[in-house]
Amino acid sequence: MLEVKGLCKSFGALRASDGIDFHVAEGETHALIGPNGAGKTTFISQLAGNLRPDAGRIRFAGEDITALSAPKRSRKGLARSFQITSVYPGFTALENVALAVQARSGHSFRFWRDARSDPALTGPARQVLEEVGLKERMNVLAGNLAHGEQRQLEVAMALATRPRLLLLDEPMAGMGIDESQHMIGLLASLKRRQTIVLVEHDMDAVFRLADRISVLVYGRVIASDSPEKIKMNQEVRRAYLGEDA
Amino acid sequence: MRTRLILWGIAALLLMALPPLVIALGQPYYVDLVRRILILAIAAISLNLILGYGGLLSFGHAAYLGIGAYAVGILGFYGISNGWIHLLVAIGASALVAAAIGAVSIRTSGIYFIMITLAFTQMLYYLGISLDVYGGDDGMRLRSKSQFAGLVDLRDPVAFYYVALGVMLLFVFLTYRIVNSRFGMLLRAAKSNEARSRAIGFSPYPYRLAAFIIAGAMCGVAGALYANHTNYITPGLMAWHQSGEMMFMVILGGIASTAGPVLGTFALLLIEELLKGWTEHWQVILGPLLVLSVVFFRRGLAGIFFKPDA
Repeated sequence: MLEVKGLCKSFGALRASDGIDFHVAEGETHALIGPNGAGKTTFISQLAGNLRPDAGRIRFAGEDITALSAPKRSRKGLARSFQITSVYPGFTALENVALAVQARSGHSFRFWRDARSDPALTGPARQVLEEVGLKERMNVLAGNLAHGEQRQLEVAMALATRPRLLLLDEPMAGMGIDESQHMIGLLASLKRRQTIVLVEHDMDAVFRLADRISVLVYGRVIASDSPEKIKMNQEVRRAYLGEDA
Repeated sequence: MRTRLILWGIAALLLMALPPLVIALGQPYYVDLVRRILILAIAAISLNLILGYGGLLSFGHAAYLGIGAYAVGILGFYGISNGWIHLLVAIGASALVAAAIGAVSIRTSGIYFIMITLAFTQMLYYLGISLDVYGGDDGMRLRSKSQFAGLVDLRDPVAFYYVALGVMLLFVFLTYRIVNSRFGMLLRAAKSNEARSRAIGFSPYPYRLAAFIIAGAMCGVAGALYANHTNYITPGLMAWHQSGEMMFMVILGGIASTAGPVLGTFALLLIEELLKGWTEHWQVILGPLLVLSVVFFRRGLAGIFFKPDA
């Protein structure tokens, strides 16, 4: 589904991506872990098309997408959530998701009909909100939602584009225990029918959700294997799980 | 929603009742004054579409006011007085210039966008000054008003007033439809969070450009009406302080609100009128007043009555 070869990105002297090879198979939940500053977000940004790599190739669903812009990648089925919550604060939760539905329904040079009462947009949007458990909150402005709800809304917006691959950049960031458990439950329910790349610090979540785990250290993937084998891997334990493993 | 409609209804009725009222009171001058305000409100409405809803801080919107006015003036100069042709050319020329300026400027953002839109408009201003055939710096007198045979005679000040009022209300309604359509939602979303918009698959550029062109064309209509209002066209219509004044109308009234630009235009021009009656140094008073209004009414005058749309 996703195939990355030799991806490099430097910021001055810092090699944030140093020849990354990375594969995601259709249907799997692939977690990407690594210590702070390992280059996870830089890597995700290159996958989503927000950053242009210095070298290397990205293939998605059999097609080279290295040169495509973020909106084009999104329309090809690559959806992302952001590490720092990114929603439309002045719009309601329903409008946020309806916009994502609108994004996948052809061009938006439609000037007359009220989009907020268009069932072609609000219907699918309601459905996705129900799926992530935000249906009761759909008329609340996104900016007034609790932090955990905003994170759920981000996932809902990504889902509403009907992606083939979901890139989730630390969906549990800044969440309390209850909120995290709720999000893990949500992702677990998605995982059966959705290919997911999950960047996450919460090891409990990673080991519960991932089919495979890749470990990124100093811009390199030092291991990519099943959760059991990653737990045993000496190099990983030294580099990352280190102190508490 | 309902209360808004009622307020709009009351405002429209008051404006409709104004001409017979002021004429009965022996003050026909006010028909002229409010007509000017209505026409400039159309310009402010068009600017609000890109500035308020699109987040595009255009500091050159007076360009289209000038182009619309010159379209009427130049066509009249060559003896073409058909009002429909005037409007068509005003709209077409404004849209074309907006397309050219927009195609370049919308690729930039922030301070660069402000400077580029300003620079283009100054170019047009100096072009106007250099066109000696059309009066150059002194401007040109309109040979005859736009003629809409059988429909309306703009030489009748009251009839012209109602035309301006009708066009303004029409544009309020058009803008309301546009900003709530799919197109408008996307435009506002891109203003709210561009990275998020790109991530869900929108590239804002073509939509912003389209909004820029629509706003330019709408302002061209205001320009065509304005030329008929003043009977005199000067390059000063395109000067940067005219653009600035339009921005002020929008910001004072409340950006990204339907009523904002109308309220802002009325407030600004009425206060101006009042102060001019008191002292010739009226700008010394107006300046601090504007500063205070921005400090105290963050959402503009419309924010007093309505919640902002988004």
